[in-house]
Amino acid sequence: MSTTPAGWEVVIGLETHTQLSTASKIFSGSATTFGAAPNTQANVVDLALPGTLPVMNRGAVEKAIMFGLAVNGTIAPHSVFARKNYFYPDLPKGYQISQFELPVVVGGKVGIVLDGVEKTVQLTRAHLEEDAGKSLHEGLDTMGVSGIDLNRAGTPLLEIVTEPDMRSAAEAVAYAKALHGLVTWLGICDGNMQEGSFRCDANVSIRKPGAPLGTRCEIKNVNSFRFLERAIEYEIRRQIELIEDGGRVVQETRLYDADRDETRSMRSKEDAMDYRYFPDPDLLPLVIDAAWIERVKSAMPELFEPMRERFMSQYGLSMYDAGLLTSSRSTARYYEDVVILGADASLAAKWITGTLFARLSLDGLNIDRCPVNSGIFASLLKRISDNTINSTGAKQVFENLWNAPQNQDGMRSLQSVDNSIAKHGLEQVSDTGAIEKIVDDVLAANQKSVDEFKAGKEKAFQSLVGQVMKASNGKANPAQVNEILKKKLSG
Amino acid sequence: MSLTSDDIHRLAKLARINITPVETERTLRELNNIFSMVETLQAVDTAHLVPLCHPIAIIQEMPLRLRDDAVTETNAREANMVNAPQQENGLFLVPKVLE
Amino acid sequence: MTLAKLSISELRVALDSKKISAVELAEYFLARAESNADLNAFLHRDRDLTLAEARRADAQIANGNASALTGIPIAHKDIFVTRDWRTTAGSKMLENYISPFDATVVEKLNAAGMVCLGKLNCDEFAMGSSNENSAFGAVKNPWDKSRIPGGSSGGSAAAIAAGLAPAATGTDTGGSLRQPAAMCGITAIKPTYGRVSRYGMVAFASSLDQGGPMAKSAEDCALLLDAMMGFDAKDSTSVSARENNETPISARLLTAFGSDNRSGAGVSKPLAGVRVGVPKEFFGVGLSPDVAHAVDSAIAQFEKLGASRTEISLPRTRLAIPAYYVIAPAEASSNLSRFDGVRYGHRAKEYKDLADMIAKSRAEGFGAEVKRRILVGAYVLSHGYYDAYYLQAQKVRRLIAQDFQDAFKQCDFVMGPVAPTTAWKVGEKSNDPVAMYLEDIFTLGVSLAGLPGMSVPCGFDQQKLPIGLQIIGNYFDEAKMLAAAHQYQLATDWHTRSPEAFQ
Repeated sequence: MSTTPAGWEVVIGLETHTQLSTASKIFSGSATTFGAAPNTQANVVDLALPGTLPVMNRGAVEKAIMFGLAVNGTIAPHSVFARKNYFYPDLPKGYQISQFELPVVVGGKVGIVLDGVEKTVQLTRAHLEEDAGKSLHEGLDTMGVSGIDLNRAGTPLLEIVTEPDMRSAAEAVAYAKALHGLVTWLGICDGNMQEGSFRCDANVSIRKPGAPLGTRCEIKNVNSFRFLERAIEYEIRRQIELIEDGGRVVQETRLYDADRDETRSMRSKEDAMDYRYFPDPDLLPLVIDAAWIERVKSAMPELFEPMRERFMSQYGLSMYDAGLLTSSRSTARYYEDVVILGADASLAAKWITGTLFARLSLDGLNIDRCPVNSGIFASLLKRISDNTINSTGAKQVFENLWNAPQNQDGMRSLQSVDNSIAKHGLEQVSDTGAIEKIVDDVLAANQKSVDEFKAGKEKAFQSLVGQVMKASNGKANPAQVNEILKKKLSG
Repeated sequence: MSLTSDDIHRLAKLARINITPVETERTLRELNNIFSMVETLQAVDTAHLVPLCHPIAIIQEMPLRLRDDAVTETNAREANMVNAPQQENGLFLVPKVLE
Repeated sequence: MTLAKLSISELRVALDSKKISAVELAEYFLARAESNADLNAFLHRDRDLTLAEARRADAQIANGNASALTGIPIAHKDIFVTRDWRTTAGSKMLENYISPFDATVVEKLNAAGMVCLGKLNCDEFAMGSSNENSAFGAVKNPWDKSRIPGGSSGGSAAAIAAGLAPAATGTDTGGSLRQPAAMCGITAIKPTYGRVSRYGMVAFASSLDQGGPMAKSAEDCALLLDAMMGFDAKDSTSVSARENNETPISARLLTAFGSDNRSGAGVSKPLAGVRVGVPKEFFGVGLSPDVAHAVDSAIAQFEKLGASRTEISLPRTRLAIPAYYVIAPAEASSNLSRFDGVRYGHRAKEYKDLADMIAKSRAEGFGAEVKRRILVGAYVLSHGYYDAYYLQAQKVRRLIAQDFQDAFKQCDFVMGPVAPTTAWKVGEKSNDPVAMYLEDIFTLGVSLAGLPGMSVPCGFDQQKLPIGLQIIGNYFDEAKMLAAAHQYQLATDWHTRSPEAFQ
């Protein structure tokens, strides 16, 4: 948990590189799949062989437009690709094609909630650019060489830049999580931080409250939310100690070293960089007209905030449940499918956020990989609602269905559920005579509880219900058990 | 305007070209000649003018053409790396990269 | 008449009538190239490769599948990448470079059945006006071997002039097709920017580079341009022709001005109604009197053919030099950053570390003029100078382009000299870059504006060195320009002259 150090104000801005989930690269037809053998997904354009030229991917532009719409930014009708010139062995052309003066998205905002307090982080811009390749050192160190793999070179990136709006590491992480949620919700980025699909650079500075902005340091190479928080915390401490010891913060790029939990100056970026930006003469201005924006808008998924509101009003859910059910697009889709297939909306919410989430987390599964599909799940809930099974039985059926995924044989979902109920004899007992018999037996065997209840102890009643349920192997209809018990005890 | 040998060193560093002292001196002279010729540009009034990005844009709109997002390439690593000065296991080798 | 003097159409007839085979034709030109190796026009030749292509062409001819260019030999400026021949761009940096793909232009000419004779010398990365900047030695002018052939497509121009090839490709960034064509007495056309794909051309200045044909006549250039140009999806700056006319340019040489000029009144005045604009700024101080006289006579010849002559003004002619020498080096400095010794190209033998490896490889791999332009380019783009130089130059560029549009309201073509002088002596200007840059004064504006420009032989100076007439057309007017030049060449014989030593 981050705290603002006494007497200091922390100022943080984030630059996030999100890899856009296109099939091909931003300027070539090479695949963007992660993890291929080195340089097998780098074609002549990606390798910057002499004579090659870039041709822009429409899919990447569409994803940028979608993002701009989602954050209420302005989609530039006219934006320009520029060359950012610097030498680095993983940058094949000796320049990165990026956007400089005229980015594709201007402005916008992302809402965050931290400790129940809502806050808005303003975006400066979002621009399209190409990713660089990778320098590999493993196994090559002893030879004093590095290996260059250019598979990643040319992967489309949307770099999303915030205003210096965040005041603590926790806020920065809350923003990063909200942004991560948004881009994965939109489906424009797979969000895989380990594979580098979503990378945050943090600009951190400190100042005395009310003073002008302090000198900032940029922290790179942060590949998890936890590391982002720790890197910023470290950097804040470092800067405060530096200043309090009479030193000065030097503007520089610092690398976060997770093993040592510290940031250190990046040697390769030591020179004050003069990137010599200029419009790329190989590419013309990117023109996006209103009609295109409309087409993208109409194809966009419903965003989670409006969807959360709708879940609350349409299905009568609490803000908490609606929030959980819109935590990802696939969760929301699963929930709505279950409801559309006939399950009770609030029962579905209770079961998905409870039993289903717990089971998924136990197996470390994403809901996309849930072995119990929405059809089966809806059928299971219907059998609770129509009193075929009670919730205890339903949990057992759920577990059985989880371990023996259905529908492979093409069986209809309701039938699958019923088969599972029958196979394990989990039908709820709603036969009044049968329940009365069990109740009588329980009352006879638990005179002590009966006496306590009559003496005014409500707890004794619950104990008796429990005994009846137990005696029925959990199959008795709980509502009937309650009713019969009450009648008999008052009789 | 006149460049200095410091400027030449800065440019050579920026352009990643090693330069000898003799070359520095000659380059300084030549670049100063070139820039005194280029100086005439400064007298032109270009207020309110938009730079020309593609010559044809003078007569017609030239928006960027976009291609469909489709993979059209297959692995051609061997042919693509045939000119590599040093390579191993499909990687281009360079002197150790310091980060 | 020797084969070296025949036009492409005449060679076509010879091939189709089986008077000669494509293999024999290729062998003939290879032998000429071999015996004139001292011109240093060719950088790479490979007899086996050439003859294999010739045999393929002969098979097509035998099958009746020949097109206009099947079996016609051609040589490529070594700035076009080729799969079969090494590509050096005239630089030590790419001394042994093998491209895994063919340039679009090469692919297209290949598909048209042309037989490649090899790769031609040029100024390093096409930077130069004399071909003295090639890492593989200067090219000699066939008209006077002590003189430069012009540049940067000097090897191409020399090869055509000496009859070592009937056709060649070249590229033009600031005059590199037109100026060597003028200095070697051949015909060349730089098309409208975007008409010929830049894919596979080793880039010099991307917003200016344009490939084009070099040959003995406008008619030959038309045939070659038909095969070279066209929209290319691999080049984002490629343009599709605006006119719907799908008729090849070569088929419009006699009809481009509306009526069919082969019959009737058109015969004596085929260019009736055509307005020739002559910019007064092209005839100022520094223009050699011989060049002025020859160009003036050529324009008079156009008048005889029915055209009218109007004096026009291109007030910013001189500004083209500084604008060009800011924009071209800026783009070049960035385009040449990819040569870092990592993935291909020259790598220094010894170095301290990664940074030293890159800086040393570049210092060793690039020649003096290339380094100079890279440094100029880095400067004009650097922090604090960008607005004053690069941005200002791009704005001046708009003014220059606008001047031409204003001129084309008064005329159909602009005509004038290609270069202020004829070919100079090897070494004469090589120690004075600025003096060399000033020689480009008449070609740079056309390049900055992206307009099509031609060089057509129009006479000789007192030293018997060829002089070129520049014909500048409006965007996409290549067909009209070539048609007008063709009429001029039907009426004159300058283009048929060849240097005595190469008859």
